[in-house]
Amino acid sequence: MALLEVRNLTMKFGSLVACNDVSFDVEKGSVVGLIGPNGAGKTTLFNCVSGFYKPTSGKLFFDGRDVTNLPAYEVARLGAVRTFQVVRPLKEMTVLDNVLVGAFLRGADNETAHSVAEECLSLCRLEDKSGNLAGGLPIGYKKRLEMARALATGPTLLMLDEAMAGLTSTEIKEALEIIKGLRERGITLLVVEHIMEAIMSVADKVVVLDGGEKIAEGTPRDIVEDERVIKAYLGAKFTERLKRTGEVTKNG
Amino acid sequence: MNTTRKMSRKDLFWLGLLAFFAVIPLTPWFSHSSFAQHVMIQVLLYSSMAQAWNILGGYCGQTSFGHSVFFGIGAYGTGMAVVKFGLIPWPGILAGAVIAAMVAVAISYPCFKLKGHYFAIATFAIVEIFNRLFMVWYWVGGAIGLDYGFTEPGWKNFVWYQSKVGYFYGVLLLFVLVFGIVRWIEKHRFGFYLRAVREGQETAESLGVNSTRVKLSAMALSAFLAALCGAFFAQYNYRVDPPMVMSLDMSMKFVLITILGGLGTFYGPLLGAALLIPLQEYTRAYLGGIGGGVDLIIFGLLIVVVVVYQPRGIMGILDRIVNRIRRSEGGGK
Ligand SMILES: Nc1ncnc2c1ncn2[C@@H]1O[C@H](COP(=O)(O)OP(=O)(O)O)[C@@H](O)[C@H]1O
Ligand SMILES: [Mg+2]
Repeated sequence: MALLEVRNLTMKFGSLVACNDVSFDVEKGSVVGLIGPNGAGKTTLFNCVSGFYKPTSGKLFFDGRDVTNLPAYEVARLGAVRTFQVVRPLKEMTVLDNVLVGAFLRGADNETAHSVAEECLSLCRLEDKSGNLAGGLPIGYKKRLEMARALATGPTLLMLDEAMAGLTSTEIKEALEIIKGLRERGITLLVVEHIMEAIMSVADKVVVLDGGEKIAEGTPRDIVEDERVIKAYLGAKFTERLKRTGEVTKNG
Repeated sequence: MNTTRKMSRKDLFWLGLLAFFAVIPLTPWFSHSSFAQHVMIQVLLYSSMAQAWNILGGYCGQTSFGHSVFFGIGAYGTGMAVVKFGLIPWPGILAGAVIAAMVAVAISYPCFKLKGHYFAIATFAIVEIFNRLFMVWYWVGGAIGLDYGFTEPGWKNFVWYQSKVGYFYGVLLLFVLVFGIVRWIEKHRFGFYLRAVREGQETAESLGVNSTRVKLSAMALSAFLAALCGAFFAQYNYRVDPPMVMSLDMSMKFVLITILGGLGTFYGPLLGAALLIPLQEYTRAYLGGIGGGVDLIIFGLLIVVVVVYQPRGIMGILDRIVNRIRRSEGGGK
């Protein structure tokens, strides 16, 4: 049984079909990349999985439990926690306080929550910002705060929505290191990413959405060679580049 | 380590403040002037009211104009116990507070479904409804209200006639209770959840926070404490009627004192009350002849001036001053 099972998920906004009959699994302990051009329905799928939208039809199972109609906070309590593509810092609270809100999910004890929060802050390299108000952080830090806060809840499935978009290449490298670290801790990851190169080096499996439909699913290697994906999304030139960077990461 | 030292300094300040209030009745300024006693009692009462409101309106960010209803229910709780049932006030005080919390939850459950300003507007309407209801409800005294007869002064009956010292310590207890609860909340999970809901309800939910439950709990606690304040108010005035407790005027005081002092700050409600209440009492005493409402005009002007200058109220202004002093001490860094 997979940790997350998405079954025939359809989400309509009026006549617009943002997700159309999408099915896939996220295995325990794996990193799954969810890619696709802008407007493909990636964020919408996240919103359905995390309980923010009620899907028009289809089912969602988390850890064997039907979570299709659970409210967002219940889904988070079960251990499936998401971040937001458009960052949502709790502005008038400090960075530490933001992360503490997450950390309190696993118990009301102050000391435990503080130690969890501090650990997550240092994991996401935010420790020297812990006293700053979250609203005033630069964007790179806000992205990492999203991650640290979600992480502090002690999730079994962490869903990152474009956590690397808008970051510099050094920042992306750092973020990838963080993601690898999370996987080593046994956290399952579902990662929405626009930057293909980034996700390809860490994902065990990639699911490709286009126009709300799943057009491919497979290992990163298969995906970059898939005809439909190339046509719909990558473009031949991009594929070349990807293959080359793929070689580089493997050799170096 | 740094934080624990900062915490204990805060604790010391708080304890020092309580000690200061506790010895006030021993000063000649207090004991020689019944007016000074009255002003001090009012300051502590209104800061407790504002702090009760602050839990919901400041920390949790849900603006309620309905708090005079809960205040009123508290006043009627003790009023009914004493006047109708001939009991001591204490069971009435407790019952009033519990009923106020229940009414608050029943009212706000549907209202919390309203987004943004509609919650605030809905609470406005509730004041009017309760005011009318109590005006025509003869069992609780209707428009005439409830008048206390003579009872033995002292803590048992919670009335005093000659000296106000008893009332002063009574309201000090109330103040310690309300402020103590908020101090506790600030440091614990519930306080973090309150602010998280204020800063972003969806974000809070994504982290496993049941925002509806947090808001309802804040409302229940806020109303419970507001009702205790109302009970004190009835005991202090030896009477209760609908317009003196359940009015928009009274509701506005909960809101304005907190805004003036600083929303969602611990000392804001005290600072707001310490400024507004003496002003209100002295203008009433000296300008009262001009006609009612002069104090409200001054109230309004003061709030506009302060809030335009610093949206975080007096606490914001103090923070700014402290920061400026620190910076100049730090050698222009
Ligand atoms: N709340 C909504 N109401 C209406 N349309 C929406 C809503 N959310 C997303 N959409 C639409 O659904 C489609 C998919 O959007 P989205 O899931 O954000 O794509 P992605 O994250 O892959 O870029 C887009 O056409 C978008 O305009
Ligand atoms: Mg998106």
